[in-house]
Amino acid sequence: MKKILSGLFAAALGFATVPAYSAGDAVPLPKYEWSFDGVFGTYDKASLQRGFQVYKEVCSACHSLDLIAFRNLADLGYNVDEIKAIASEYTVEDGPNDEGEMFERNAIASDYFPSPFPNEKAAAASNGGKAPPDLSLMAKARVGGPSFVRALLTGYEDAPEGFETGDLSYNKYFPGHLIAMAPPLSEDSVEYGDGTAATVDQMAADVSHFMMWAAEPKLEARKNTGVKVMIFLIIFTLVMYAAKRKVFAKVH
Amino acid sequence: MSFKTNNKVVQWVEDRLPLISMGHHTLYEYPMPKNLNYLWNFGSLAGFALVTMIVTGIILAMQYTPHVDMAFNSVERIMRDVNNGWLIRYIHMNMASFFFIAVYIHIMRGLYYGSYKAPRELLWQLGVVIFLLMMATAFMGYVLPWGQMSFWGATVITNLFSAIPVVGESIVTWLWGGFSVDNPTLNRFFALHYLLPFIIVAVVVLHIVALHTVTSNNPLGIDMKGPQDSLTFQPYYTIKDLFGLGVFLILFAGFLFWAPNYMGHPDNYIPANPLSTPAHIVPEWYFLPFYAILRAVPDKLGGVLAMFGAIAVLFVLPWLDRSKIRSCKFRPVARVFFWIFLLNGLFLGYLGGKPAEGWYVVASQIATAYYFFHFLILLPVILPMIERPRELPSSIHEAVLKS
Amino acid sequence: MADGANPESSAQGSGETRREFLYLTAGAMTVVGAAGAIWPMIDSMNPSADVLALSSTEVDLSPIEEGQSVTITWRGKPVFIRRRGAEEIAIAEETPLADLPDPQTDDDRVEKPEWLILVGVCTHLGCVPLGQKTGESRGDYGGWFCPCHGSHYDTSGRIRKGPAPKNLEVPPYVFLTDNSIKIG
Repeated sequence: MKKILSGLFAAALGFATVPAYSAGDAVPLPKYEWSFDGVFGTYDKASLQRGFQVYKEVCSACHSLDLIAFRNLADLGYNVDEIKAIASEYTVEDGPNDEGEMFERNAIASDYFPSPFPNEKAAAASNGGKAPPDLSLMAKARVGGPSFVRALLTGYEDAPEGFETGDLSYNKYFPGHLIAMAPPLSEDSVEYGDGTAATVDQMAADVSHFMMWAAEPKLEARKNTGVKVMIFLIIFTLVMYAAKRKVFAKVH
Repeated sequence: MSFKTNNKVVQWVEDRLPLISMGHHTLYEYPMPKNLNYLWNFGSLAGFALVTMIVTGIILAMQYTPHVDMAFNSVERIMRDVNNGWLIRYIHMNMASFFFIAVYIHIMRGLYYGSYKAPRELLWQLGVVIFLLMMATAFMGYVLPWGQMSFWGATVITNLFSAIPVVGESIVTWLWGGFSVDNPTLNRFFALHYLLPFIIVAVVVLHIVALHTVTSNNPLGIDMKGPQDSLTFQPYYTIKDLFGLGVFLILFAGFLFWAPNYMGHPDNYIPANPLSTPAHIVPEWYFLPFYAILRAVPDKLGGVLAMFGAIAVLFVLPWLDRSKIRSCKFRPVARVFFWIFLLNGLFLGYLGGKPAEGWYVVASQIATAYYFFHFLILLPVILPMIERPRELPSSIHEAVLKS
Repeated sequence: MADGANPESSAQGSGETRREFLYLTAGAMTVVGAAGAIWPMIDSMNPSADVLALSSTEVDLSPIEEGQSVTITWRGKPVFIRRRGAEEIAIAEETPLADLPDPQTDDDRVEKPEWLILVGVCTHLGCVPLGQKTGESRGDYGGWFCPCHGSHYDTSGRIRKGPAPKNLEVPPYVFLTDNSIKIG
């Protein structure tokens, strides 16, 4: 009986672990270590702030971040005044006012990051026909998640002999290897305030970290709650097991 | 009924509406075979999953907007801004999978111990109806976040109906409420996704009424003959079910809190785009065996018929399996073929997740053929010729004492 | 249908206490677990982060002339802003507290006497009183009049007559400059 039970259970779990997708012919991603991995993982605020800086100074020229409001930056360790200051660097469209006109004003904490292009068609038109995707969920919307983003950003290399790239760039980790985005990062693309050397690898790590936060801002709350729930469930199950043993002790 | 009370108010209600004695009978004194193993926990676990899905679903519906322009962002708003929204949505996502895990084990247990045989045919058929309703509900629920997989899954599955001769195209147009999957489709899927779970509850009630009429099967597959063979539901099986629930929830919490997107698909975090199909479209894992059967047949109508046939065959299973012996414990040949059937089903699931190319296609065809061979030829024709069942014990009590 | 046997019912003695304790613990843990699972769902119906982020609003007062009223939206509710004239202020300030069902001095209800800022929701059953637009009835006391059940408010937004139990609520606000306020 035990055999059947464990067999069925293993089968059910094995069933569940058949990945519902295939990674295609992509090159296996390097194994990166992330502070948010593991049972107790948390975001590294310094890295998030650096990653935000990379987004702001490099990525945001083409990529939107639609789902993030300035107020969300509190998660990165900024206080209310710093968030106000960051928001006020951006202008957003508001209105209509009493004359019925739309007008521009400085952003406030409750505003969302404005898009670099007015709409998707404009974004495509300005970028050789392919609109740069929104980055809010990028770290959850690709197989490999943040590791894929980081690998991609550092995966640009010369195309192999005889590989026609045309207007596109060759990237080791991009499915099909031909990517419309030119290498976005180069040595010292940004100057970090905390003195960290802005190598391509460092910037890629930081901005991927930031994108993971943008995609999954509740990760810390999730793991935190998880630990508490798990402790409760284990005690609950042990008590039930003891009670079950006790109740069935006299059954023959 | 052994329920008695001295409370006059309770007695007054009881004389007019015997709710308390019904509850007392169902959850308290109802006799269960005393030799049930842990595989008999999965019915109550499935019931727990259903209640969890309904409760979290109602809460989510309060925050969700069924409109093509707003659905995706309303789900993200739940994940980011709504208090505990991420928790409730991840519970709903992952419990859907765990619901299917519980139900698949429940079904396999029924197959192994012959729980579909007389007098439990209707009990079994009601279960198949629940399974079908679950699949419909899960499919429509997956469309609601309006990601790429939502959209293309909806497109592919609704297109199945276009295989119906003559009226197929009209039916698909009617399903969509337009000429492609669009806002009317999303709206009606939301309405039906909200409705169907309550119909499932109704069928579950019938399932339980039928169960309580014929009583539970057990690992020996022989009937209870008296009080010495049974235990009251309370406290024996309430406690045992709660213990099972604890183990189930520990596994569930592992996924929920540390790998909530593991059973999902990354493409569904990309908003639906009707002009661009993802490279690999695959349904959620629990549909994969049936998806493999669909693709195995190189003919549109044939594939659809095979897929629905794979479930329809379960309806007539009580009459396909002609053995009088219920439990595979006493059926040495059927037992072996049960495990082959299970492995074949898992293999179909594996194939359903692979692209339809190369050896996968041939393997799907063989596995599909075996699936139907098992039900249509092995059980009704071959097994009765070759199998000599072992001797049944005279009673549950005696068998338990011996072990 | 056979009723189940209950071998435990005849069991007595030393195991009893331990069994009772286990049952009690099991029951208590089930209740705690259920409550812990239900609370996050109930809490989810409280205002969400995006709603709370919009809970304050800034208003430029400079275009409003004396005697004029404007209505703006704050937290989904109308807020009445009236620039009162000297006469209205005088009436509001000189009303004896004894005449008021909900006694409150005008001074307690304004930062600057010229500007009266109120949540425009009748304290009876939540209708929006009339009196903002010229030509609308302002009731017997020159302030606002609620058409639903006939409550009359004075030039300080205080209830004077009718079923409403309280004065119109004054929202929390601060003057950012002489001509702009932040509500909330």
